Amino acid sequence: MTTKTTRLHIRRGTPGAPARTETFDVPFTPGQSLLDGLRWIRTKLDPSLAIRFSCINANACKECMIELEGKAVYACTQRLKEGDMHVAPLSNKALVHDLISEIAPRDERLLD
Amino acid sequence: MIQLETDVLVIGAGGAGMYAAIAAARDGCRVQLIDRSLIGRGGATVMAQMTVSVALGAQCPDHWEHHLADTLQAGRGLCDPLLAQLLCENAELRIREMDAWKVGWAREDGHLKQVHAPGHDRARCVYVDFLNTGPAVSRTLRAQLNRIDAIRRIGDVLVTDIVVSSGEAVGAVGLHLLTGETVALQAKSVIIATGGLTRLYRRNSGSLNMGGDGYALALRAGAELVDMEFVQFFPIGHLAPRMIGMDPIMWDPFRYKLGGRLLNAEGEEFADRYGQAESGNYVLTRDVATYAIYKEVEAGRGSPAGGAYLSFAHVPDADLRKAFGPVIDRLAKNNIDLSKMSVEVAPIAHYHMGGVRVNAAMETRVPNLYAAGEAVGGANGANRLSGNGITEAFVFGERAGTSAAARAKARAASGWNEAAAARALEPVNRRAQAAATPNTAALLVELQALMDDKVGPFRTGDKLDAALQRLLQMQQALGPLPAGATPYDMVCLDWLDLRNMLLVAQCVVRAAIERKESRGAHQREDFPGMLPEWNLNQRLSWCDGELNVECVPTARAATTAP
Repeated sequence: MTTKTTRLHIRRGTPGAPARTETFDVPFTPGQSLLDGLRWIRTKLDPSLAIRFSCINANACKECMIELEGKAVYACTQRLKEGDMHVAPLSNKALVHDLISEIAPRDERLLD
Repeated sequence: MIQLETDVLVIGAGGAGMYAAIAAARDGCRVQLIDRSLIGRGGATVMAQMTVSVALGAQCPDHWEHHLADTLQAGRGLCDPLLAQLLCENAELRIREMDAWKVGWAREDGHLKQVHAPGHDRARCVYVDFLNTGPAVSRTLRAQLNRIDAIRRIGDVLVTDIVVSSGEAVGAVGLHLLTGETVALQAKSVIIATGGLTRLYRRNSGSLNMGGDGYALALRAGAELVDMEFVQFFPIGHLAPRMIGMDPIMWDPFRYKLGGRLLNAEGEEFADRYGQAESGNYVLTRDVATYAIYKEVEAGRGSPAGGAYLSFAHVPDADLRKAFGPVIDRLAKNNIDLSKMSVEVAPIAHYHMGGVRVNAAMETRVPNLYAAGEAVGGANGANRLSGNGITEAFVFGERAGTSAAARAKARAASGWNEAAAARALEPVNRRAQAAATPNTAALLVELQALMDDKVGPFRTGDKLDAALQRLLQMQQALGPLPAGATPYDMVCLDWLDLRNMLLVAQCVVRAAIERKESRGAHQREDFPGMLPEWNLNQRLSWCDGELNVECVPTARAATTAP
């Protein structure tokens, strides 16, 4: 199958520090998910990239919600496309690290 | 360090953990239910697609003894008969309780609908439409949890070790992932409900948090593991074309309802060559189907992606739509039209028969330490019967909760030991001193590939020896300390996961090397055939940094209740 390339622009950082955008070129075959691309970056380029997910592909855990071009999406059901894609953590939740934001219901948190 | 204290600590909030928490609270205990992920959304339960086995006799006459006979038969002589009986005998209570909690089991003609799954002698499996058993079960248990004030639910906490003082479990320690702070969890009794080890394999049907955490926790705490060589491969995991937003084991429900045809590259049905002919019905057991697909691929008759074809092209459109409604639309979004094309399927790591050794009270050999659900080993022997996974989550969860509550009530205090807790937290607390670690994400991928290639369902002594050698090298490469201390530090998390996964992988490989025969999910190409002298269970324990493997004759099934 033909390999294409997506250029992922990822907003990264931790609370209290200025956010930065890093860019990664990710090869993919049509049909692969945005989460596949983010996992590829961790394995091949930068294991410190913070992204959370549990079920990987089934859209059951709902943990991988991030923003793509300013809109909330599940990384596991969004397909990679050729060209540029801009991702960021959810803007309406507290930032934890890189693409991870605080998503647990309030009464299931350790700290208030 | 963040300090918490409770009566019963439950580690893992899948089906077994949630049921355990409810049962312990029902018996008057304060409970903390901890998960590394979100409550009731990680783990295997939420991923379950369909069948839950129970001898209800709702649809045709049945008795739990028939269910037990099928469970023992599937287990190829290695089931712990007491655990298997507990599972089958108590299934109805739990399934009825879930029904009262409005899980929404499928109904027909005024009774619960039951399907006939492979390996069962009759229609025995309840389910929730469409492909919704796991999500419905999880939602129902979460709703019950939320109503109980005595249960505190805490997500995003990774338990790194059980704390043991004078040989007894007194709680656990871990990491609050969101902040990176350490957590002390004092408890009078502790339940491990962390599920199985599917994450050890590249192609698996589990979630990310099924890396065998609980097995490693139990082993380091002094408990025994049993039957670790038996990893169940689900034969028809989705392989191609690439599909997103769907679980890879989703073809199982299709086969229950519509049969379907399993074909090789030449378009022939092939199951009959391996001892089980199908004629439109779904009767192939998991171990035989896995074997048949591997052998067809090996003989050069596999599909392009390296599996078999599954075809429903002979099923009329209206029947497809009636059986799976909205799922047909989700498939269309993935450009899959079952009336015109077949899909490719191949075996995929699905479940672990082995696990923590417990008695019928779910108690390990370490006082105050219990296990529940897939974390438990023994009930399913060498091969698990379809539908017993969710049932054991309910039954063993409830039993563990009840037992752990009784223990907690009999103890005045946890007996917490600061020095033991500090020792358990040492690697995490010395993070700053870590030398540069290797790319942990790459190491994880390498481990998964190694297990797929060398420790799959078909094994040889040479491949297993090579795997063991590489595992030991990887452990060296990982180093003695994790690096990274940011909030939700992925490198630190990978290190902690790899520490457990490498240990658990060694357990699987060591037990597989020893078992020089073929049985159920463990097939040795260099030792074909099942041998009566291997009617043994292997128990593993951890002593002074050494893994010990011991053979014990399998207990015989009692013909009447003990």
